[in-house]
Amino acid sequence: MSGPRRDPDMIRPYVRTQGRIRAHDDVRLESVVIAATGPTDTLAPDARRVMRLFAGADGGLAVADIAAALELPPSTVRILVSALMDSGHLASPAPAAEDQPDFDLLQEVLRGLRSMV
Amino acid sequence: MDCAPWSDLPEPSVTYVPATVTRSAKIVVAGGFGVGKTTLIGSVSEVRPLRMEEPITQASAGVDDLRRAPHKTTTTVAMDFGRIHMAGGRIALYLFGLPGQSRFQPLWEDLAEGALGCLVLADTRDLDASHDALGLLDGADIPYAVAINAFAEAPVYPEEELREALALDADAPLTVCDARDRTSSLHALITLTEYLSEHRSAALMESRR
Ligand SMILES: Nc1nc2c(ncn2[C@@H]2O[C@H](COP(=O)(O)OP(=O)(O)OP(=O)(O)O)[C@@H](O)[C@H]2O)c(=O)[nH]1
Ligand SMILES: [Mg+2]
Repeated sequence: MSGPRRDPDMIRPYVRTQGRIRAHDDVRLESVVIAATGPTDTLAPDARRVMRLFAGADGGLAVADIAAALELPPSTVRILVSALMDSGHLASPAPAAEDQPDFDLLQEVLRGLRSMV
Repeated sequence: MDCAPWSDLPEPSVTYVPATVTRSAKIVVAGGFGVGKTTLIGSVSEVRPLRMEEPITQASAGVDDLRRAPHKTTTTVAMDFGRIHMAGGRIALYLFGLPGQSRFQPLWEDLAEGALGCLVLADTRDLDASHDALGLLDGADIPYAVAINAFAEAPVYPEEELREALALDADAPLTVCDARDRTSSLHALITLTEYLSEHRSAALMESRR
């Protein structure tokens, strides 16, 4: 059997990310996730390392925080987090009541920055 | 059961996002080498700034040579970032620094996606170093403001000359900051965010016409 050899650079992230090859569009570098529930013993090593970061956590972590803590490429962590959200191990923080219905992120950020000076 | 070599190592300590945070936002800080991106992020961040590393694989030869000489090189691009909590702890604002070279385009797209906007730092001793960042921004349709990081030794030019040298859009804000100073850096971010807010209102008006 012949054919183009697979690019080793492509295979490695694929293995690391439990078969997922793309991140969800809304899982970005700044997206914050919190731990949900689910057995972690069947997870691949990198996914387990992500979940281990949340052990005893008193809050969430953004994709970038996870990439920095585990020294993994952020593109890989985006995919890992997407897979762990699919499997229910991680979740987005529940929206606060006051976020609805017309929470204006940009105005809140502007207000927040002004209040710091 | 397999036991990976790292499994006994303690995981590094992390600063969690407070449990009150329900929303996050991002601003990108771009600019040429040594212009002060890391310094600005460090002056405003409420947590110790962190660094991520993304390996990027590039053909080392021109595209035409790929078949004959399929050499690839891997470069690691470091991106540092900081975090500010606001709105009574409901929002985490992330600030990401990225060197503005066009060869980092693949990363740029990941970073730019969903960003509120971008603060471009420039040094008057090397304004050309800002062109790559500005070119990426124009291509990515992401609104930005420019802040001259005022190094003591750097020459001071009238605003009009700077705008011309940077080929800035008439409506893009141009301000001055000292990246080492927290308040000054915050003012640069406020200038950007005010512009983003106006920019959005203008876009809304346009779409209603
Ligand atoms: N005098 C002066 N020095 C500054 C200022 N901002 C940064 N520096 C210094 O300039 C040097 C480069 O600053 P960095 O913040 O590392 O620049 P950078 O843009 O992150 O650089 P790269 O990541 O290497 O592209 C450091 O030694 C800073 O201390 C400033 O406003 N005034
Ligand atoms: Mg830097």
